[in-house]
Amino acid sequence: MKVIGLDSSGLTATVAIVEDDKLVAEYTVNHKKTHSQTLVPMLDEISKMTELDLSTVDAIAVAKGPGSFTGLRIGSATAKGLGLALNIPIVEISTTEGLAYNLFGTDKLIAPIMDARREQVYTGLYEFEGDELKTILPATAEPIEDTVARINETGRAVIFLGDGVAVFKDKILELIKVPVSFAPAGKRLQSAASIATLGLKLLDEGKAIPARDHVPDYLRLSQAEREREENK
Amino acid sequence: MAGKKIMADKLILAVESSCDETAAAVVKNGREVLSNIISSQIDLHTLYGGVVPEIASRKHTEQINQVIEEALKTANVTLKDIDAIAVTYGPGLVGALLVGVSAAKAISFATKIPLVGVHHIEGHICANFIENKELEPPFICLVASGGHSHLVKVLDYGKYEILGRTRDDAAGEAFDKVARAIGLGYPGGPKIDKVSYEGNPEAISFPRAKVEGSVYDFSFSGLKSAVLNYLNQCEMKGIPVVQADVAASFQKAVVDVLVDHSMTAIRESGMKKFAIAGGVASNSHLRKAFEETCAKEGISFYRPSPILCTDNAAMIGAAGYYEFIQGNVSGYDLNAVPNLRLGER
Repeated sequence: MKVIGLDSSGLTATVAIVEDDKLVAEYTVNHKKTHSQTLVPMLDEISKMTELDLSTVDAIAVAKGPGSFTGLRIGSATAKGLGLALNIPIVEISTTEGLAYNLFGTDKLIAPIMDARREQVYTGLYEFEGDELKTILPATAEPIEDTVARINETGRAVIFLGDGVAVFKDKILELIKVPVSFAPAGKRLQSAASIATLGLKLLDEGKAIPARDHVPDYLRLSQAEREREENK
Repeated sequence: MAGKKIMADKLILAVESSCDETAAAVVKNGREVLSNIISSQIDLHTLYGGVVPEIASRKHTEQINQVIEEALKTANVTLKDIDAIAVTYGPGLVGALLVGVSAAKAISFATKIPLVGVHHIEGHICANFIENKELEPPFICLVASGGHSHLVKVLDYGKYEILGRTRDDAAGEAFDKVARAIGLGYPGGPKIDKVSYEGNPEAISFPRAKVEGSVYDFSFSGLKSAVLNYLNQCEMKGIPVVQADVAASFQKAVVDVLVDHSMTAIRESGMKKFAIAGGVASNSHLRKAFEETCAKEGISFYRPSPILCTDNAAMIGAAGYYEFIQGNVSGYDLNAVPNLRLGER
């Protein structure tokens, strides 16, 4: 089984092709260029490089959110276009779960954090039980103080990763009461290889959906909807 | 090569998501619409009195595949029959544009069907080619919509000279703002058009703004302010406001300016053909005014059906066809350009 993975939920643009237990190619860019300019050219590049026959691809795995609203939509619309054209389904992967999967095999708690603006992080809490990634807390948006307090209560060692580390590292070090570490450069940010690998697993479990039905999971309403609810 | 070159039919799949309509169409040879699917979000935005960009972008993402699939199905074709994929890449709401652009690029990459980025206004102008098979450039075109007011000299397919544009509000924007002020709500254009039939267009004298230094540029914000001032004064003096009279008088002021500027451009250019396009072009009073004026001056007048005046993908397919046969194809790095200018690529 062959899956194309896409993640453009944050500043990182990343695409990958995974076939069974082989990573055929991964292309990850952390640069200021907009995802709409990079994502498809990157996919084109690795497809040519690895002589990918697109008709052999079984599904598109996409980071469904949380993340930048615009970034998520670029990934989602790209995945949906691929699904439509190739007549294959989409597997939706939580962005935070995808990040957590970068740290396969660790015995520590895994806390992905993404800068969610408005003084919040998109986060979740995960751990590995053997080879299985377990979700302790699914993706949510909250102040970093709440995230750290929850981890302190567990008393367990934790690894933070994600683009939120660059923003909140000092705050975490100030508040944390358990052994803490931060994922190194190669593991810290979104990886389409992780998205595609998790995607392959979900595809195998029959959890793929028709491409037309996929929408990002923004976790938040639009500002206009929020204000409307508040004024009710 | 001797004799007339015979070109094979070209089918364009077109995608449009620049504002609040998710649309896809299949167009043959730039002139024949095989399908024209529009998923309107108007009800969603009515709650907020105007288009909310984030909500529009979310809805596009939800609808994009259904709309494209429906366009192919209705045209009774598959992607294998398509020669090029045309997509609006500007101007418009950036988040909204990105949905169509991203999906179109992905389909182009997956199928190797060439991609053609299309200017939204060029699409509006080309909407005229669909129902007027005899219309060919050169001609003068007035494009008036919620986001744009342009007076354009169409020199050739894909070649435009902008004679005038709005300095502030677009014509359609003025309609929306005035409609809100007199309690008609959103969308303002169709509501003012309708209620004006019950009002006196001469009841209130609103200004016909001239823009200094240009006979072709428009300005509608002064007119909008004049309407708001009038409403304030009525309230202060305790004079009841006749909604239909305000609507009709405001609309007459807009129509007069659009007709006046357009006719000046037509006379100056010496051209005998004139077309209108964009959402405001579906205004029945504006259409009638142009019909009468053009008939009087011996000018052939062209206008799309209302369904082709509103944002749609068939017009993008028409414009995309002419770009495509001229060899203008786009790369996978095509980006949404919210402030894209007409004639730029």
